[in-house]
Amino acid sequence: MIGDRLLRKEDARLVTGEARYVDDLQIPGALWMAMVRSPFAHARIGSIDASAALSMPGVQHVFTGPDLRDAWINPMPCAWQVTEDMKTPEHWPVAIDKANFGGEIVAVVVADSRYAAADAVDAVVVDYDPLTPVVDLEEAASDQVVIHDALGSNRSYTWTLAPDPAALDQAFADAAHVVRERYVHQRLIPAAMEPRGVAVVPSPYGGDITLYSATQIPHILKIMTTATCGVPEHKVRVVAPAVGGGFGSKLDVYAEELVAVALAQRLGVPTRWTETRSEAGVATIHGRGVIQEMEMAADADGRITGVRAKVLSDMGAYLQLVTPGIQLLGAFLFAGVYDVPTYHFECTGVFTNRTPTDAYRGAGRPEATYAVERTVDALARAVGIDPVEIRRRNYVQADQFPYQSAGTLLYDSGNYEPTLDQALELIGYDQLRAEQQRRRDAGETKHLGIGISTYVEMCGLAPSRVLASLNYAAGGWEAATVRILPTGTVQVVSGTTPHGQGHETSWAQIVADRLGIDPDMVEVLHSDTAISPVGMDTYGSRSLPVGGVAVAMATDAVLTKARLIAAHQLECAEDDLELVDGSLQVVGTPTKAMTLQEVAFEAFSAHNLPDGMEPNLHAQVTYDPPNFTFPFGTHVAVVEIDEETGQVDLVDYAAVDDCGNQVNPMIVEGQIHGGIVQGAAQALWEEAVYDADGTLRNPTLVDYCVPSAAELPNFRLGSTVTPSPTNPLGVKGIGEAGTIAATPTVINAVVDGLSHLGVTDITMPATPERVWSTIQAARGTGEVDQ
Amino acid sequence: MNISLSVNGETRYGDVEPRVLLVHYLRDALGLVGTNVGCDTSSCGACTVLLDGESVKSCTVLAVQADGHEVTTIEGLAPATGDGALHPMQQAFHEQHGLQCGFCTPGMILAAVSLLAEQPHPSEQDVRVGLEGNLCRCTGYHNIVKSVMAAADGVVTP
Repeated sequence: MIGDRLLRKEDARLVTGEARYVDDLQIPGALWMAMVRSPFAHARIGSIDASAALSMPGVQHVFTGPDLRDAWINPMPCAWQVTEDMKTPEHWPVAIDKANFGGEIVAVVVADSRYAAADAVDAVVVDYDPLTPVVDLEEAASDQVVIHDALGSNRSYTWTLAPDPAALDQAFADAAHVVRERYVHQRLIPAAMEPRGVAVVPSPYGGDITLYSATQIPHILKIMTTATCGVPEHKVRVVAPAVGGGFGSKLDVYAEELVAVALAQRLGVPTRWTETRSEAGVATIHGRGVIQEMEMAADADGRITGVRAKVLSDMGAYLQLVTPGIQLLGAFLFAGVYDVPTYHFECTGVFTNRTPTDAYRGAGRPEATYAVERTVDALARAVGIDPVEIRRRNYVQADQFPYQSAGTLLYDSGNYEPTLDQALELIGYDQLRAEQQRRRDAGETKHLGIGISTYVEMCGLAPSRVLASLNYAAGGWEAATVRILPTGTVQVVSGTTPHGQGHETSWAQIVADRLGIDPDMVEVLHSDTAISPVGMDTYGSRSLPVGGVAVAMATDAVLTKARLIAAHQLECAEDDLELVDGSLQVVGTPTKAMTLQEVAFEAFSAHNLPDGMEPNLHAQVTYDPPNFTFPFGTHVAVVEIDEETGQVDLVDYAAVDDCGNQVNPMIVEGQIHGGIVQGAAQALWEEAVYDADGTLRNPTLVDYCVPSAAELPNFRLGSTVTPSPTNPLGVKGIGEAGTIAATPTVINAVVDGLSHLGVTDITMPATPERVWSTIQAARGTGEVDQ
Repeated sequence: MNISLSVNGETRYGDVEPRVLLVHYLRDALGLVGTNVGCDTSSCGACTVLLDGESVKSCTVLAVQADGHEVTTIEGLAPATGDGALHPMQQAFHEQHGLQCGFCTPGMILAAVSLLAEQPHPSEQDVRVGLEGNLCRCTGYHNIVKSVMAAADGVVTP
């Protein structure tokens, strides 16, 4: 059961097209919204003339920012005030007088049909007065043009983690080797395959509304709907129907959701909107957008003695739900898997006239891991040893766990070197090195590059008190309810909100395993606040190590009650009962037994329960973990680089991950596969490209290069199992690990493949043109055109 | 314009604006919402259906162009036995964990059915190239390739 490759319960409705995503919902009488968006990155909004639009067939209304200003009691929410003096610009769902990024909503068309609404957008005439756009992150930090006048600066905050500055300075002063690196994480478009969508259905009486949204966070969205739109929380129901991927991009409260609520209330009819893909490029948050200055000190043998990281993080034009906190999720991990005694991290968040950034798969941890793993390779070059050897010399050792890191975290458990050994074995490291050398000796122009990274991440967001210390507005607990129904089937109500992760299957396995029943007897309910009123939703690889553990604990609580009932009715001591195949038996007397179904029915009829016991067999548990969990692993990538064209092909890839105990290895592997590709895509293909005017040049899937099957190899997966000691399932989390590991692994491979030509760095994504010009620059035959 | 076409074996008559895309006709007029829309540039393949047995992106076909033709959507792929039996390709995606969020899945399955119709015994690389027009953001394609190979009864790399 736990540990089985159980096929997914979710699949039937998904492979047959029966699943219903937001855009699939049939909502009679709904009016369609379409957004008029600023084509300018930075512009004052003058008059808006909607008369031509309003005269078009099917168009009912056009609303501007000033028209709707009173629809909200608060601006768009940011839940993470990372410092006391953090500057937060006022952010209304529809711009009032100034557009601060290309794509910001300046007016809303409401029409009878999707086509009619879309047709009218271009007929709304907006008088813009363009202002100087602030596009470059470092220029923005210099405050030559300030975007938000009221804030007086483009710098939102500076957050610092400096546990022992004197010791750090000493480490750098004493170092035999100091490497200084600068890395740029380009902006990424999350590109979940389902664009966002929202539909709001007001109740004809009582003021209730139902908000359907393609969201990862129905519970948080419910609270924020109350906080912004003023609808009493008990009148709001949020449903996330089938959701087609999120990767962090649906971990947000979006303008379109709040506009739909406001207009459904104002007009008294259902409102709806579905994002187009081209719109998504500017209207849905971006990921990354970070510049890192990384310094690493080491002794003569390459043992790392200190790490100093300084980060600029591009907020975009506004702070979305957790925008300012993203780099804090990596802030503690700039020493990675290495036993480093001294540490410094600081991050400055900066506004630019671009789409806001926020969580994207890995959120802060890919950035940190990239900085560490690339710098460790740079250190290996400085010391003159193999990247494998530099890692072996510096790993935190198995007997050091739980490990107190200089970055102030307590790593729960780990054993890093076996993941390296297994990954090298899977990929055939020694043979690859030999082949690499053979090609170089033979003067071939297709080079092999081999890249390695060993990562550790912190996931399972939780614990609430730690989040409080980081000024995060919410807690990190998770809720679950388990009910054994009178006829013996089991309902699990999950506070987590799956959108591809397979919770219905994994949670059923957890429950079935503990109750000794068939997983088909277990139904998992989720993603509807009317059914699951309590939850903190799905992000940060938290679902299993927080929500799954809550499910296990609720199951145990139900079982405890069942044992009391069975002991009472079987007239035995509770300790004399054992659970065998879903039946509570008196030890040594199998004929004296009650099935859980019988116990559940007795709990329901309540005719013969122990004195004082409440009827029914259910339990709700809210679990707040004592610590994060720390999955880890080693990935190895093999690339082939054509020196003459700059083309990089990812030809082989091995990943050995340790996420503690695995509930369903098939699902774990699927998460790793997809994660690897998203990480590799940052390394090789994807970038949101802006021109000097602040216009996104590639919002569509024609030229934003989400990889297809043809660009990718099969993956070689291995695993080790080092259970987390902090939760009863011994689980960690695996949703982001692949992405966290893959980006530095692939770039290390590219740099490795060109190292004999003198290349030590390549800007992401490593496109053919960039690789080619980097080679030319290394040879002194051309400029690097980055 | 008046059109008549066969959709999943049933003749459907419609009066559509000339500009209406086949995918919108299927979804909005016929309620066949299993065919998803993932982009607006014919890039992602989520809307793939079979037109006279060959895969097409139904966002790139006007409803009027389908007049007189046969369309198969994901809803019409499984045998109409009424017992919930899946088409072998659907079954293979289930057994090989070839889907996660499921949004690309209907289009991916129909593209794969069309691929095997043209190339019954593809190599893994044939499958990768053959599905180049269908994007998936969840699976990394590894298990999608395994699914198609399993459905083709080919050699599945573990």
